[in-house]
Amino acid sequence: MATVELKNVSKIYSENVKAVDNINLKIEDKEFLVLVGPSGCGKSTTLRMVAGLESISTGEMFIDEKLVNDIQPKDRDIALVFQNYALYPHMTVFDNIAFGLKLRKIDKNEIQKRVKNVSDILELSDLLNRKPKALSGGQRQRVALGRAIVRNPKVFLFDEPLSNLDAKLRVQMRTEISKLHQKLGVTMIYVTHDQTEAMTMGDRIVVMKDGSIQQVDTPLNLYRKPVNTFVAGFIGTPSMNFIEGKFLINNGLEFNSLDESFVFLLPEKYIKKLENWSSRNIKLGIRPESFSYEPNHDDSVKIKIKISVFEPMGNESFLYFNLGGKEIVSRVPGIIEQKVGNEIDLYINADNLYFFDELTGNTIYV
Amino acid sequence: MKKITLHIFLIIAGLLTLAPFIWMVSASLMNDGHASVYPPRFFPDEVTFIQFERLFSRLSVSRNLLNSVIVSFLVTFISLIFNSMAGYAFAKYRFAGKDKLFSLLLSSMIIPAQVTMLPLFLMLKSFGFINTYLAIIIPGMANIFGIFLIKQYAMSIPDSIIESARMDGASDFQIYWKIILPLCTPILVTLAIFTFMGTWNDFLWPLIALTDSSMYTLPVALANLMGEHTKDPELMMAGSVITIIPIIIVFLALQKYYIKGIMMGSVKE
Repeated sequence: MATVELKNVSKIYSENVKAVDNINLKIEDKEFLVLVGPSGCGKSTTLRMVAGLESISTGEMFIDEKLVNDIQPKDRDIALVFQNYALYPHMTVFDNIAFGLKLRKIDKNEIQKRVKNVSDILELSDLLNRKPKALSGGQRQRVALGRAIVRNPKVFLFDEPLSNLDAKLRVQMRTEISKLHQKLGVTMIYVTHDQTEAMTMGDRIVVMKDGSIQQVDTPLNLYRKPVNTFVAGFIGTPSMNFIEGKFLINNGLEFNSLDESFVFLLPEKYIKKLENWSSRNIKLGIRPESFSYEPNHDDSVKIKIKISVFEPMGNESFLYFNLGGKEIVSRVPGIIEQKVGNEIDLYINADNLYFFDELTGNTIYV
Repeated sequence: MKKITLHIFLIIAGLLTLAPFIWMVSASLMNDGHASVYPPRFFPDEVTFIQFERLFSRLSVSRNLLNSVIVSFLVTFISLIFNSMAGYAFAKYRFAGKDKLFSLLLSSMIIPAQVTMLPLFLMLKSFGFINTYLAIIIPGMANIFGIFLIKQYAMSIPDSIIESARMDGASDFQIYWKIILPLCTPILVTLAIFTFMGTWNDFLWPLIALTDSSMYTLPVALANLMGEHTKDPELMMAGSVITIIPIIIVFLALQKYYIKGIMMGSVKE
């Protein structure tokens, strides 16, 4: 059982290219930590540094409180599951799983026992004599998992393990990995670009962008209290809507969109925190789920909109419309049929609004 | 109709190509003088193995055959090891000057072998290797073409497989031996055939480097035979048959993999 700690870790490829920029992170024992971000944000590089497949340019890395900067991957006692499974195509499933054990000169009977045990857990028992090319995508990924589990490593690393699977299988494997985490009770670090995977699997989530950490927190806290526009826009589907504008002090605090087409009076509770920001450029953030057909809160703001796209999902619908010069998406419950071009009233739950400094993108906490 | 014409054409072309080989085999089975009578005979009146007997008993071709076998197998085996190591390194390792070094090696392919023969001979002579197997084996231990072939093939092996083996605890040599070599089988077999045929058929270099007739490889011995026995076409044909048979055997045995090697890369599985 192990903790993983990164202190001021950077990966510098050349003078101008910093793949990972000064990361500080501590992963607790038995924690399921997810690194999430768009491609090129440095999440995979970070994971590969933990694995030892990439050298660490500056900073220190500790696994189980032991400095591992110069320790070879094979001596770090960790396992990595790759996106493309990376099975050995010329070996049977049994040999694929047993390969690491054989290299470590473990007793033959012990290997038999451990492979059997793992293949029972992963339901691979009937496939042990097959070659990888005779397996389906899901089975291949389970073999890859088995290869990791059989070694009893201190830390499991996953590099986008589900991206090659189809949607249905992905959901199924997601729960399987979560179950595995509970069952094995080991530290896991999981890299993905899919925020749904991050939200559903992680104990904590690290949101990364351009090589640096934006925010580290539990899934719900990331959703509720994003630190900047990037995190706010990244977590939650569909993404949060942003409208640029200013505060005006008339008979209360008003939000006024940049093109002045969308003006509304903010609830009293915001005044104290936000009056300092009046006349500075800010961004208003509204989650798609903050819209509704009926006012469900005292502070609901009524808006008139013209539907430009209507997407019925069954239990809910997505309505697209223009507000304050921006294309806005809303997610409203219910199955009311709408037509494109319809003009209807919607309500914004003004109790749950986000404000950001337009210059820095940082959250203005209210 | 078109198909029939095509087949007739192919059959004729095939027979024309095969005819010299068939005649070689049948002439080797004739008695003295029977191959050069007029009108020429295509098949022997009676089959006799006397020419082969003479080759082995009087002219000690068995010694030359052994030389050829030893040299060809050793060159093939050793060059496969070195070429595959170098090809793998060029394909998958990161080291300073890799691309420059590889271009330099590739560009050396335009130098004709004949140009390097004299310096090579002098060098091996100063080592004292002339007229030994080493004179044939050492120059053939690695070649650019082989390295290039294996490099191209090894580049198609995903990095993640190698990294995965590294995480599993494999050393560099274990990765090469247990992962890379098995995955490179098709190209290794192809290269093995090329190398074996090239070494077996090589004439000029063994002629220069081997001075003693007991060290001659088969093609050199056969050439000598021509000088001494110009009037015995039957004997010479028997020598040719002996020279060609091992290659045909090797080729047929590995043909299956060889075709796979040529097909590689065209279809992604």
